[in-house]
Amino acid sequence: MKTSPAKSASPLGRSLLRIYLKEARYDFLKLWRMPAYALPTILFPTMFYILFGLIFAKRPGADSRIGLYYLATFGAFAVIAASLFALGVGVAGERGQGWLEVKRASPMPPMAYFTAKVITSMTFGLIIVLILMGLAIGLGGVRVTLAQALTLLAVEVLGAVPFCAMGLAIGYFAGPNSAPAIVNLIYMPLAFFSGLWIPIGLFPRILQHVALILPPYHLGEMALGVVGMGDGEANWVHMAVLGAFAALCLVLARVGFRRDEGKLYG
Amino acid sequence: MIVLPEATREEPTGRSGRLTTATPTPVARLDAVTKTYGPVTALREVRLTVPAGGVLALLGPNGAGKTTAVKLLLGLAQPTKGRVSVFGADPRSAASRTRTGVMLQTGGVPPTLRVREHLDLFSSYYPNPLPVGECVAAAGLEGLEKRKFGELSGGQKQRLLFALALCGNPDLLFLDEPTTGLDVEARRVFWDQIKRLVRHGKTILLTTHYMEEADALADRIVVLNQGSIIAEDTPAQIKTRASGRRIRCVTRLATEELRKLSGALEVIRPCQDAQPGAVEIRAVDAEAVLRQLLALDPQLAEIEITKPRLEEAFLTLTRADDDSRNI
Repeated sequence: MKTSPAKSASPLGRSLLRIYLKEARYDFLKLWRMPAYALPTILFPTMFYILFGLIFAKRPGADSRIGLYYLATFGAFAVIAASLFALGVGVAGERGQGWLEVKRASPMPPMAYFTAKVITSMTFGLIIVLILMGLAIGLGGVRVTLAQALTLLAVEVLGAVPFCAMGLAIGYFAGPNSAPAIVNLIYMPLAFFSGLWIPIGLFPRILQHVALILPPYHLGEMALGVVGMGDGEANWVHMAVLGAFAALCLVLARVGFRRDEGKLYG
Repeated sequence: MIVLPEATREEPTGRSGRLTTATPTPVARLDAVTKTYGPVTALREVRLTVPAGGVLALLGPNGAGKTTAVKLLLGLAQPTKGRVSVFGADPRSAASRTRTGVMLQTGGVPPTLRVREHLDLFSSYYPNPLPVGECVAAAGLEGLEKRKFGELSGGQKQRLLFALALCGNPDLLFLDEPTTGLDVEARRVFWDQIKRLVRHGKTILLTTHYMEEADALADRIVVLNQGSIIAEDTPAQIKTRASGRRIRCVTRLATEELRKLSGALEVIRPCQDAQPGAVEIRAVDAEAVLRQLLALDPQLAEIEITKPRLEEAFLTLTRADDDSRNI
């Protein structure tokens, strides 16, 4: 084997930006081509929106704002699911089966790995929210201003961050086989009790209090706030709760990461 | 280890550090490393030096500490005591990782990415990667560039993992049981690839279960058992260490009597369902022992004398070590 000519390297050696971009691109492609991830991630929210946001909303006497409500909450639901599956199931699998070790032993900057997964989650989130918007505006007769649409997109896509952190924590504690089950068990009830399916105003009082401590409720509220359907709580409260939740998850993930370091494989 | 004459050992500056210029600079070393996992001691005061160039094979039974040693050298685990260095630096540093390539036994390789994509990504981590085409050729993956990892056969998957170790054009390669699961033909091809890397000045640290593989490839063999190095030498020397030949025969003599034979190094009774009286005796001068045997037992039967292969030498070494620990 010949030693490669020096011209193949950039003058500054490897380019960090290039690594981050390639890592993100291939992480996205990896899941995009994986029907077990891509299909439920994209089709479930779409299907739910068609059922609840379009068909049920057409019943006589239904609240005319149902289509708008579900655009905001199912968008949040979709982003949460995309993040938990990409990070939780992804990291647990790659960690548990030894692939992450190969990556860690390489000169890959560790942050490139995690950033790529966040970008993947956000990209899937963006795709789904765009689909939901298309359905809402095109078929549901929902009217939003351009500014509202763009703000909603930004809120939903950035809303992936705390749930990526949660996925990371799950990924560092769950095994490769148990992670999908754990995420499936968690995300549906979490979304439901956070009012992403039914407004918490219709909940029994005790459950309304429970919703306040559930992070998806706060993302849902921020999204609803954009289209004028929020509970009126200030955005910084929602952001503070989501930020604190993300920080807690990152601390947990770090504990799991440390625990991994001491583990003996084989 | 070259012992320098007294005169040259004297450094005018008094800096003994200069001495390293007289011997090849090691590319990697474990310096009195102890690694414990909870109550389990995986490595005990291990001193291992990987010299530049050539193949160093790490042998040992399961649980001997091979994987731990490799993980420490890769910076994937931290030593409980002692120091680990690769290219004179912390193995976790970018400086040593960009000069190191790794092939580990692993699952979870993203199955939906193509061969070319895997190589494109891993190459981007290194400052001076091999052109992807060259790497594909070196690992024998021609024509499979567009194949997804999940569509590759077992042997092709191994070749991709090997290609990932190569793609950064590293100076040091860690190959952890690289030919596990390969058929004989594929293993030979792989050996040729490793030999070619050595000709290009690479240093290779190989762990393997196949003694034949270590014998064929390694310049030095380090035998680990129960967390300690019990032998470190060339394959030929290792074979001589557990030296002599094996006499297999069927005799009515008792084990105690056989042990008293002059020149018998070891007496082994094969497992119980073997023929009654079957025995194996290891001796340097097999003929002399055989003469004594025949004198004591004229009915001695089924005599067979064999030279040890490396595998047997290795078993002898680890067994002797285990015995001495159990006393």
